[in-house]
Amino acid sequence: MATTDTYLNQPSQQQSDDAHGYYTPGAPLVDEKAPTGPIAMRWTNRKFSNALVNPANRRKLNVIIVGTGLAGGAAAATLGEAGYNVKSFCYQDSPRRAHSIAAQGGINAAKNYKEDGDSVHRLFYDTVKGGDYRSRESNVYRLAEVSTNIIDQCVAQGVPFAREYGGLLDNRSFGGVQVSRTFYARGQTGQQLLIGAYQALERQVAAGTVTTFTRHEMLELVMVDGKARGIIARDMATGEIETHLADAVVLASGGYGNVFFLSTNAMGCNVTATWRAHRKGAYMANPCYTQIHPTCIPVSGEHQSKLTLMSESLRNDGRIWVPKKAEDCDKDPRDIPEEDRDYYLERIYPSFGNLVPRDIASRQAKNVCDEGRGVGPMVGDFRRGVYLDFSDAIARLGKDGIEAKYDNLFDMYERITGENPYEVPMRIYPAVHYVMGGLWVDYDLQSNLEGLFVAGEANFSDHGANRLGASALMQGLADGYFVLPNTIRDYLAHAPFAPIDESHPAVAEAKKSVEDRIAKLLSIQGTRSADSYHKELGHIMWEYCGMERSEPGLRKAIDMIRELKADFWSNLKVLGTADSLNQSLEKAGRVADFIELGELMCIDALNRRESCGGHFRAESQTDEGEALRHDDEFAYVAAWEFGGDAGQPVLHKEDLLYTAIEMKQRSYK
Amino acid sequence: MNLTLNIWRQANPTAAGAMHQYHVQDISEDMSFLEMLDVLNEQLNEQGEDPVAFDHDCREGICGSCDLMIDGQAHGPEVTTTCQLHMRSFKDGQEITIEPWRASAFPVIKDLIVDRSAFDRIIQAGGYVSVNTGAAPDAHATPVPQADALKAFNVATCIGCGACVAACPNGSASLFMGAKITHLGRLPQGQPERDERVVNMVAQHDHEGFGGCTNIGECTAACPKEIPLDVISQLNRDLRTAIRNGH
Repeated sequence: MATTDTYLNQPSQQQSDDAHGYYTPGAPLVDEKAPTGPIAMRWTNRKFSNALVNPANRRKLNVIIVGTGLAGGAAAATLGEAGYNVKSFCYQDSPRRAHSIAAQGGINAAKNYKEDGDSVHRLFYDTVKGGDYRSRESNVYRLAEVSTNIIDQCVAQGVPFAREYGGLLDNRSFGGVQVSRTFYARGQTGQQLLIGAYQALERQVAAGTVTTFTRHEMLELVMVDGKARGIIARDMATGEIETHLADAVVLASGGYGNVFFLSTNAMGCNVTATWRAHRKGAYMANPCYTQIHPTCIPVSGEHQSKLTLMSESLRNDGRIWVPKKAEDCDKDPRDIPEEDRDYYLERIYPSFGNLVPRDIASRQAKNVCDEGRGVGPMVGDFRRGVYLDFSDAIARLGKDGIEAKYDNLFDMYERITGENPYEVPMRIYPAVHYVMGGLWVDYDLQSNLEGLFVAGEANFSDHGANRLGASALMQGLADGYFVLPNTIRDYLAHAPFAPIDESHPAVAEAKKSVEDRIAKLLSIQGTRSADSYHKELGHIMWEYCGMERSEPGLRKAIDMIRELKADFWSNLKVLGTADSLNQSLEKAGRVADFIELGELMCIDALNRRESCGGHFRAESQTDEGEALRHDDEFAYVAAWEFGGDAGQPVLHKEDLLYTAIEMKQRSYK
Repeated sequence: MNLTLNIWRQANPTAAGAMHQYHVQDISEDMSFLEMLDVLNEQLNEQGEDPVAFDHDCREGICGSCDLMIDGQAHGPEVTTTCQLHMRSFKDGQEITIEPWRASAFPVIKDLIVDRSAFDRIIQAGGYVSVNTGAAPDAHATPVPQADALKAFNVATCIGCGACVAACPNGSASLFMGAKITHLGRLPQGQPERDERVVNMVAQHDHEGFGGCTNIGECTAACPKEIPLDVISQLNRDLRTAIRNGH
């Protein structure tokens, strides 16, 4: 750790100990790779001081990359171009289908093409502040710095960003930021960026530097003599269990939002790759940091399988309300007179109104629904929806004006709900959208396990406790194209590593553990499907570890999850065989890992007795009921070490110290 | 609503497949087509019968995983992906036939799941711009006329689902290929490799066993992203130019 830098804050001292009895305190954690000196020079200096690998040696070095989204796809392409021998894995049938493809809004970059006062430093500042001062300043600065290279790279690949009449790139302002720094391709920016990375990846497949393994799922990390040396993967088409060995392993396997069952994630998104690594010793950092997006299409019934997000730009013109009286909730909204409507965001937050940040809009929607004033169909005991009403905007701008701005979103809404939002107010409800937590990494994106690197949403990332809009795509591509390829070489420069093959005891043991686990899942022969356990877990997580958490609620959730886990392993029903395509088996393995993750998330949330970023702790609020952060106690990264199936997780704290930015409380009143 | 489903079941790539009939009850019209299949699978699991395998992932119409032939139409009766098709498009008591994509270049792996890796190999043959990471000039170095950028974007929205192939009586992937040729061919960045790209992609397409285009137009009618037929004209024009240029 730096000794020459001057810090603007003191290390925090935790007074509360809500999770006492659920965890074991561990040694403090220090990022040994943390750079020092002037913040603007840290990345430049690191790139220079990192060792180089001779081009002739690169083709002898093997790198495994799990995941082909923006981070994994970009990293595989870039390492392939550099001449390394890359094996790229994805569970989908093509690398092009990774869930980065679904990102709508855009990608931030400090190009300052609008000359509106943007700069690397401002993007850095906005990101640290937006993350509620729970991210590392050096990492975030680097992210802002390489953001401009990303746009150059993507344009050169042929990514068709939106352009102005003069032929130059268009920008928009996004998520309440005061500068226009967001580059976009209509509402499909993620798709276009991912196709760019995918094409670069396939180019390397043709060049022979990258081999792709589609329909493959990583089920175990291979550790040999303290180093990550490979993975055990299942060929999902044939069921074959395969061993793949390498000199380094990169996990770019995305986020774990599906622990909530319903989320905007793709159905296949899962935690298995990172959770298996966690069980092998990799620390899981800030697992409770989840982002809940306020403008999603509500749940329509018990059979709902996923939620669909609509761009939050809708809040620029729509007014959010619920009936004042619960008995009006099943009425046609058009029949509810103005005086009986509660425009609750405008009422509580007169200056920001409907444009309050994501977490506040989400939490207040939950509050009014919990009060029994939600609208839409009954799901369980509640109506989970609030109106997003465009009638004022249509009167002001005309139907044409609204159509020009939001037509594709209105169409999507109508296709899913069968209701025409030009005539009836839309209904929206918050949904889990992104996780800021993930595997702990140092400045070089290396986990605490040597040779195991983690990129994109899978790492605990640069977003602190809350991610800003249009920053996920930026981080995925920053990690994949520019950061990881520059840091992993410093590790690979230590090669050659000890030669190993499939007969090495550690390798054979890893493979056997995978086979045993699959056999176990198939042998239970109980009565309940994996899906039903997943749904139940999702209910628990959403209720107690979602938008608002409380000490008693989290304790209850932990008990419920432990019971669920015991039931899962004694009453699961998976049909079919291990040696064929078996989607129920795939699902069962993922749900088993989600259950364990869910427990850790609750313990992490229980320990963090502060309201911070995207999450709210009932025990930590101001007199006005707003989020109250505790920098004195929690300005640290909570990195959890696996404590064994019978033991407790071990908490290692990494202090967050700032040299270039001063901590402030947020206020939107 | 209550429905009768005729579904193609095939245990593995070499097994003989057959249609099987199933019944589902109390389906809500707000459910998506795939959620209706989830209900069927949950029911089959309870009965001890192997659930129906089908590809799906994002369930929001963008990843291109889902690929069902519903009553002989790729992605069913609406112009959208299977995952965005909702049960309100069907009637109570209806009988629905569900098959995998049928094309010799898309062999069945199991039930409704087919192998579409041929698409990846077509892209490997030239569906990219050769620029290494870090080698890019400033993004504003080359302005792109807005109309070109828009045209490129509109065809770059292809999701690679394969509906065009499934709908084509010849099993041709010309619409898929034409979309990529047009996307990159409309941009200045795509020019240096334009001739080579089309020649190599077409060669790979034919090698994979996709059929030739005879301008029937079923592909564009089935395309959930409404990729227009003129991308195939562009493909043919680029191919002719490339050959004339000696490729």
